[in-house]
Amino acid sequence: MPPPHAPDGAKETAAHSYWRKNLRIMAVLLLIWAAAGLGAGVLFADTLNQWSLGGYPLGFWFAQQGSIIVFVILILVYALLMNRLDREHHEDLERERAGGGA
Amino acid sequence: MSIKAWTFLFVGVTFTLYLVIAWLARVRDTKGFYVAGQGIPAAANGMATAADWMSAASFISMAGLISTLGYAGGMYLMGWTGGYVLLALLLAPYLRKFGHFTVPDFIGDRYRSDTARLVAVICAVFVSFTYVAGQMRGVGIVFSRFLEVDVAVGVYVGVGIVFVYATLGGMKGITWTQVAQYWVLITAFLTPAIAISLDLTGSAIPQVGLGSALSEEGTLLLEKLNQIHADLGFSSYTEPFIGSWDKLNVFCVTLALMAGTAGLPHVIVRFYTVKSVSAARWSAFWALLFISLLYLTAPAIGGFARYAMLDGLHGKTASELPAWFETWEQTGLILWMDDGDGTLAYTGDERNEIFRSGAMSTAAIGELKQRHAQWLRGNGGEDGRVVLRQAGLSGPDRDIIVLATPEMAGLARWIIAFVAAGGLAAALSTASGLLLVISSSVAHDLYFRMINPKASEERRLLVGRGVIGVAVIIAGILGIYPPGFVSQVVAFAFGLAASSFFPVIVLGIFSVRVGTVPAVAGMIAGISFTAFYILGSVYGGMSSWAFGIGPQGIGTVGMLVNFAVTLGLTPFFPAPDQTVQELIQSIREPEGVGPALNIDDSVEAD
Repeated sequence: MPPPHAPDGAKETAAHSYWRKNLRIMAVLLLIWAAAGLGAGVLFADTLNQWSLGGYPLGFWFAQQGSIIVFVILILVYALLMNRLDREHHEDLERERAGGGA
Repeated sequence: MSIKAWTFLFVGVTFTLYLVIAWLARVRDTKGFYVAGQGIPAAANGMATAADWMSAASFISMAGLISTLGYAGGMYLMGWTGGYVLLALLLAPYLRKFGHFTVPDFIGDRYRSDTARLVAVICAVFVSFTYVAGQMRGVGIVFSRFLEVDVAVGVYVGVGIVFVYATLGGMKGITWTQVAQYWVLITAFLTPAIAISLDLTGSAIPQVGLGSALSEEGTLLLEKLNQIHADLGFSSYTEPFIGSWDKLNVFCVTLALMAGTAGLPHVIVRFYTVKSVSAARWSAFWALLFISLLYLTAPAIGGFARYAMLDGLHGKTASELPAWFETWEQTGLILWMDDGDGTLAYTGDERNEIFRSGAMSTAAIGELKQRHAQWLRGNGGEDGRVVLRQAGLSGPDRDIIVLATPEMAGLARWIIAFVAAGGLAAALSTASGLLLVISSSVAHDLYFRMINPKASEERRLLVGRGVIGVAVIIAGILGIYPPGFVSQVVAFAFGLAASSFFPVIVLGIFSVRVGTVPAVAGMIAGISFTAFYILGSVYGGMSSWAFGIGPQGIGTVGMLVNFAVTLGLTPFFPAPDQTVQELIQSIREPEGVGPALNIDDSVEAD
């Protein structure tokens, strides 16, 4: 059975702020995801094709190369940011626990 | 050594390797069988996910598809990789924290409903079976093309191998075999790509090569390709939105593939096998990184092969044709129907003389060739070009692009044989992952959670092994006698997954308000709408009445229908009870992951 939440308010606040930060990170990264894949790769591909990058028309490059590279980087950034956030959250909880016990 | 001897050698060596791994990774309990004991390191899980994900279709057909579609091929590339971003950000870490065995498990527990669980089981089994039949067929085809045995014999061998390592080692055996299969398939894919890139452009990096100038002429490869396309009456290679692939359709297909990827049960369960929430995030990163190696290379192979094919064939006489043409003409993947001038024309209009045999039998093709020869001599017969064009068989089969690339680049025989081993690795790894989903859905969700919750550990393991054994055999039968709809339905599995699982799981995690009735209604509405539209357009001759969106992209609309129904009904039904509220809170919070829940504890929690 999943560990039930501690009833004290402190943990609720820590969990709440953790969740808010998580949602913010997620929203920013998903925005970039949509802009690179669906935006540059599809919606604006015809416009971007006037420019070129490394011998590729730019819109074509985004559809077949660029978007994939952006996706890989996005997940890397997500893993780094979230794992740091997890650590901070853990420290918050430790502090609150210590503070509550005093 | 001949290509055939090399192929036997590579196939023999790799298959032995898979069996040895299976023996070393055999398991004794249900946790090992379903989620590999939840002790797989993130990078290894990433490789296994990549092999699981990249099927026979990704390996053999995708580069050919891009080669034929040009820009529009990008929707498959973006769709099948972009889905991992959704998976990593919206699903993987939370489902790992949840810590059970399957996708129906989550849906059943979050919505506290056996109806929801049952609907999820049916969706998972349906999606997985349509997918796995295509994989077994792929094994048979690789065998028949490289070893000249019957497709059925190839399927028997594939069934035998998967049967042994899936029943013996369950998820654990499958995972470690997939790690080995990943290396086989990626090496087999990259080697010819690098060689042909060096040959055409002098660059050892295929992705740079595609943007470079041709060594012989000095013009940019993509510009040259566009120019040849224009001369020969094909539509532009790099310009977007031509013909039926307008902006709306490309957008909808891309989005449907993305959401579908994130909703496919055999991919989601891979994230249950790692140690922690943090490892689930890392493993999503590794998975996409390993997948991107193949997905970034496929467009390069597509472009190179397109050029090599047009440049090597058009305007040549029989004696000037490259050697690979003759080899592959025997397989029917490519056919030449001359108009009488002795020079081959490969164009995008009615002058075209290049075709494929498609589903026509060897005998039917032979007869057509004879009638065509009669027509050329002017005594009766008929124009084979018109017959094939009307049958929709213009141009070579797209599978030829990957299969014949090593020969086009003039590579050594052993590399050609290695590509065969790579294709088999891709097909087998995906098949085994799907079979495990079928087994866990039936043996765990249906049998244990719904029919006989008192079953002992030994009995559950036995049922799990039994179901996977039966599923392998059914998959084999579907591979030998493919029902007509399989090849088409595989492409639609994504639409079905996008319109059923994806919204329900996302809302289950990110909303504390959505209750059982709205979720089940949304799931049923989404999948019924999508299935109805697909079946209607493919078989019923229904027009694309939803804004001209084709059946491949309709999953996007189905997903919106699902979201709309669920969210629209939510205010009228009660919020989930306290137990579920606590479940959601615990999923959202990374603390207290520890070792995963024991399956028996998880039942007490109900």
